[in-house]
Amino acid sequence: MLNNPQQQRQNYYRNLKSKFMVGLTVAATIVALIPLFLVLAYLLTKGTTSINWDFFTKMPTPVGQNGGGMANAIMGTFELVGIATLIGVPIGVGAGIYLAENRGSQLAQTIRFAADVMMGIPTIVIGIFVYAIFVRPFYGFSTMSGAIALAIIMIPLVTRTAEEMILLVPHELREAALALGVPRWRTTVSVVVRTAISGIATGVILAVARVAGETAPLLFTAFGNRFWSTSLFQPISSLTVQVYTYAISPFADWQRQAWAGALVLTAIVLAMELGVRWVTRGSARVAR
Amino acid sequence: MAELANTVTEQIAATQSSRRTRGFGMRSVGDRAFNLTTLGLALVILALLFGVTIDLFVNALPSIRAFGLHFLISTDWDPTNDQYGALPFIYGTVVSSLLALLIAVPLALGVALCLSEMAPAWLSHKLGFLVELLAAIPSVVYGLWGVFVLGPWLRDHVDPILAKYLGFLPFFQGPHISVSMLTAAVILAIMILPYVSAVCTDVFRVVPQTQREAAFALGATKWEMVRMAVLPFGVSGVIGAVILGLGRALGETIAVAMVIGNRPEISASVFMPSSTLASVIANEFVEATSNLNLAALVELGLVLLVLGLILNVAARTLVYSTTQRRFKGK
Amino acid sequence: MGNAGIGTSGKVIKLRQSMPDKVIVRHLYAFFNKAEALRDVSLNFAENRVTAIIGPSGCGKSTLVRCINRMHEVIPGATCTGDIILDGDNIYAPTVDPVEVRRRIGMVFQKPTPFPTMSIEDNVAAGLKLNGITLSRADRDRLVEQSLRRSALWEEVKDRLGRPGASLSGGQQQRLCVARALAVEPEVLLMDEPCSALDPISTARIEELLLELKESYTIIIVTHNMQQAARCSDYTAFMYAGDLIEFGETKQIFTNPTRRETEDYITGRFG
Repeated sequence: MLNNPQQQRQNYYRNLKSKFMVGLTVAATIVALIPLFLVLAYLLTKGTTSINWDFFTKMPTPVGQNGGGMANAIMGTFELVGIATLIGVPIGVGAGIYLAENRGSQLAQTIRFAADVMMGIPTIVIGIFVYAIFVRPFYGFSTMSGAIALAIIMIPLVTRTAEEMILLVPHELREAALALGVPRWRTTVSVVVRTAISGIATGVILAVARVAGETAPLLFTAFGNRFWSTSLFQPISSLTVQVYTYAISPFADWQRQAWAGALVLTAIVLAMELGVRWVTRGSARVAR
Repeated sequence: MAELANTVTEQIAATQSSRRTRGFGMRSVGDRAFNLTTLGLALVILALLFGVTIDLFVNALPSIRAFGLHFLISTDWDPTNDQYGALPFIYGTVVSSLLALLIAVPLALGVALCLSEMAPAWLSHKLGFLVELLAAIPSVVYGLWGVFVLGPWLRDHVDPILAKYLGFLPFFQGPHISVSMLTAAVILAIMILPYVSAVCTDVFRVVPQTQREAAFALGATKWEMVRMAVLPFGVSGVIGAVILGLGRALGETIAVAMVIGNRPEISASVFMPSSTLASVIANEFVEATSNLNLAALVELGLVLLVLGLILNVAARTLVYSTTQRRFKGK
Repeated sequence: MGNAGIGTSGKVIKLRQSMPDKVIVRHLYAFFNKAEALRDVSLNFAENRVTAIIGPSGCGKSTLVRCINRMHEVIPGATCTGDIILDGDNIYAPTVDPVEVRRRIGMVFQKPTPFPTMSIEDNVAAGLKLNGITLSRADRDRLVEQSLRRSALWEEVKDRLGRPGASLSGGQQQRLCVARALAVEPEVLLMDEPCSALDPISTARIEELLLELKESYTIIIVTHNMQQAARCSDYTAFMYAGDLIEFGETKQIFTNPTRRETEDYITGRFG
């Protein structure tokens, strides 16, 4: 009864429909990936021609003049991200330890919720916040304020990673240490966190890659600088802001350099993302 | 072993007897100090969240007091006359985000289904990784590409087609411009797609294999199995993913600021430039002419913050644990 | 003095050899939140003897030993009342630091857990290193060798002390954990089913160890393997559903138990 011609025709259409839908999903995946390749391709074609020694060693020339480079912008990104990491990682890891050690407490649940919520705050709002509490009343645009803005973005990311990685450490390890007569805090630091450290480091690098690509929070904190920034309380240039400024400018030479800057920036960020995945390729657990 | 044992036994006995006379000590101070330290660091997060909200509110007060709720429905954004209204930016934000969702969500669903149901495991991991790379590219790079590549291409190749076939609709009328709502929507779609797709993939992957097998055992084709066993399971998760994508689109600043044209007026046509809450802040903040100007911009930021928080909370409740945390399977 | 155990029947059991009591448990009650896990347990552990605690799953034997080194309270919601006297000092006195207790009473767990980020020699010395006690290179090496010899692992690992602790087989890892526990020079060694995750040969090695170790330490071993208890221990306590049913010399428990429940368990009628 199931093999009559009408049933067979129906089955034929059912199969056809299924194949069509499968094809659609594959097409969707291809379409989704096209921009990735396009962006990378344009970065390479338009950017590499402008990458030269000058680019890495010279500073921007006055408006309208050709030539110059982004040396100070590259340095600036490293400085900003570096200081942000120094501020953000201890706070993030410390908070993560607290959350992991006090799982059930109401306060911990509230803080965990707050961290998740913070991850959804648009980064430009963070920029406004740091402007209001640090830039306007104190030193004006500065490296410190930019670094603080980036650190604020990093903290929830590092906190959640640290908490997860610590929770993955088997509780038997902690018990074995306690049974040896090791005080609780020392057990947490020297055994539990030490075991989780590689996972935490992975999460930190991913957070660093994320803030290295941020522009909005730096617009009114670090602001930008045509020259070298000589103190932590002076404005500082950064790759992201520099590319942004050049890209929206009307000068062809600046636009050319913008592509080069974008290429360098993307290379740095992707190197970190890919590097982390390469190093953890054998391991079963990776925090995202 | 015997000789060693004797000396060892003596040594042990000696240590033990010395311990015996010492007795026990007091509770450890180290624990208390450590707990206080980690508690303090954790409280920083709470402080930051409250701080940001309160700070924005306080700094927006001059504008709130001046314009009240009228601020949200007024289209009058005129720094030279100190008149401010948020409606054009709310419109721009909402429309660009919704358009971006319209483009990205079907694609993301397709990608998620392909990765979780269709492709073999090794391929799906590699493809998933590539899709995630989309999220790794910095926003300013997308903006740059949007300004010089995507915008002109849309203007020259897509807008004419849209105008030709759908020109009867007010959305596709008027001059074609490379910096426009449409360009912004497409860039946003590219940027939010990896997030929506990642959450959907996780949601689909969690569906138990037994459900799929049951569908196949009934003689379902692949697509029918997906419709019967996978999709119903994942409805709330997909909705959560969509809300997450909306939240991300709202907050995206730089790429949008570069391609949307920054024109604080509402127009129906997607070919026209527009402006969003985030893009106008990025453009005008540093050149704010007066305290009221600044306060108005901060108030825009406050609107953005509140929207972002609400959407984030909604997304979290829907996709409980798969939103932010992900594990690679063994 | 002498050795006495008071079963819930109220009978006092006298034993032949008189050894001083190292650990005296008095009226111990233990709880997990509101659920009672141990009910009025009192018994004495003889010094330099092996006492085995047997009983079916869930009878409270692990809980009992974990109370002895104050690990029970580590579990959230776990509490206990009663006294446990170690050489005249009550370890549950309010002024007592549990960390100190655990340095005098060591523990080996069911699952071998060498610290994964440390080498074999670092694992052995972990108890001291983690307590901030720094030894000279020579002292440390001597301590490592001593501890590894005591746990009968030295010959097998002396050439690869720098290798990670996790690179050993299961039985070797457990002996490493014994060495690690011994390195802090405890007086009492608690063993919570130390062989249940091991193969028969490794189990035999550990059982041989017990004979040597008891000369210097007081050993309390929890086991679900009755033959092991019969082979290795001097005294045996039988527990059931949170109560201490019977306690006495191993030979007597296994050949001529006083309580019917004991006899039923030993002959395999349940458990």
